[in-house]
Amino acid sequence: MKAFDYACSTDPHQVAAALHVPGTAIVAGGTEILNWMRLGIAAPDRLIDIDGLTGATDVRVDANHLSVGAGVTLNAVGENTQVRQYAHVLAEACLQAASAQVRNRATLGGNVLQKTRCAYFRSEDPLPWPCNKRNAGTGCAARSGSNERHAIFGWMDACVAVQPSDPAVALACLDAEAVVISARGERSVALTQFHFTQEEAASAGGDPAQLETRLGADDVIVRYRIPLRPGSRSAYVKVRERASYEYALVSAAAAVELDGDRIRSARIALGSVAQRPWRLVEAEARLRGMRLARDAIDTALHGAMGAARPLARNGYKIMLAHNAARRALLLAGGLA
Amino acid sequence: MNQNRPSSATSRDLTWSRQVRVALTVNGRQFSDTVPARVTLLDWLREGAGLTGTKKGCNEGACGTCTVLIDGRRMNACLTLLAQCQGRSVTTVEGIAGPDGTLHPVQQAFIEHDALQCGYCTPGQVVSAVACIAEGHATDESSVREWMSGNVCRCSCYPQITAAVLDAAKRIGDKAQGGAS
Repeated sequence: MKAFDYACSTDPHQVAAALHVPGTAIVAGGTEILNWMRLGIAAPDRLIDIDGLTGATDVRVDANHLSVGAGVTLNAVGENTQVRQYAHVLAEACLQAASAQVRNRATLGGNVLQKTRCAYFRSEDPLPWPCNKRNAGTGCAARSGSNERHAIFGWMDACVAVQPSDPAVALACLDAEAVVISARGERSVALTQFHFTQEEAASAGGDPAQLETRLGADDVIVRYRIPLRPGSRSAYVKVRERASYEYALVSAAAAVELDGDRIRSARIALGSVAQRPWRLVEAEARLRGMRLARDAIDTALHGAMGAARPLARNGYKIMLAHNAARRALLLAGGLA
Repeated sequence: MNQNRPSSATSRDLTWSRQVRVALTVNGRQFSDTVPARVTLLDWLREGAGLTGTKKGCNEGACGTCTVLIDGRRMNACLTLLAQCQGRSVTTVEGIAGPDGTLHPVQQAFIEHDALQCGYCTPGQVVSAVACIAEGHATDESSVREWMSGNVCRCSCYPQITAAVLDAAKRIGDKAQGGAS
């Protein structure tokens, strides 16, 4: 890890101003950036510590929103009574992420900015293989390599990585917005739009392997706003190779509002299938008015998963994601 | 050593330093040191404070053997800069036993349940277990396994560790209720 200059600030505007200087990065929990610096994924000249950032440290209910500070740790989000009541899927996703120790450091703000777990990407400099995310123009070793854990939606030959965050999947399911401060003022970014797939990055004129989010270099996430939907219930299903402390093979977040046994509205987001949380908008529309039952769910999901483009080694993710989504919907509706 | 140089007109109020002066409490004792900003709490505990009980395993947050309590919460010391510990209270495995050397119920239970083989993960397991019990998560086997999953034991003593944590939780609970110890 190369030497860097360090400063602390609790003023989001001051942090945004500091980020204008190239080579400046934020440290909050530190669970990602310290490892990036060790591997050579990032090499900032200056690190600004935003512990205690104004407006980012609490959970509260505003008029029509649950508002969660970006500086709140994953354990604190997961065990918060209001989060468990109004955004159950977010609490579950937070507590199924990482380990108890990591969750006491990692913040909800930093979590959605974590980078892919692709093993070709997460190696120490100098990389012995091509990786367009690390070294633009070198190629993608995973495209024709060990791509069991890679994307089935939205990828390009240039990069097949997925975003591994659990909380991001829950936030996208809940139609959450990130409240972001920069020199241009404050704005909101929907979590369904926050990350780019490789295809979306290319469409936006960026490098498909390197442009990962809509955040600018001086953007600071301060809070998340989650619309309150009385009567909506939600659940998170994370499928992984061991029961705890493991990244998802796939995950599914679901929220349903029921009218008797009929679905008034359903929202489903898949995780670890693309470089962003993957909302199943068409399936959600098909489920409206249907009975919450296995057959109707399977019919609705079938079309959504039919659009998947598996790689050589990850075809299993299609059925796994389908089944995870069904289970999340049934759990949310109290039927599993 | 502080450079205290303004880095840009817009952030002139910030003080950027390559060397940071940090005052913190470790196991009840006051420490103050000036270190490069990149020094982690883990490296400083072992090399600066001479407290080598906290072990360096993966150095990336994956194994949990560097687990310490910071203001009472368990965290990975390898994922924490010493600079982030300004004014905080840190407890390492050396601070778990009583001042007279009386073992903590968790330490006693680890011995009695034979919850270690090579012992390299044990300091992290003990500190993590103390927190796990204090958090109220040591209620049954599956809860202990879930909430202790951040501490890897490559000798695979998990059944014994789980039993020790549950037994220690019971002893601590009995003591809190004034029952026979």
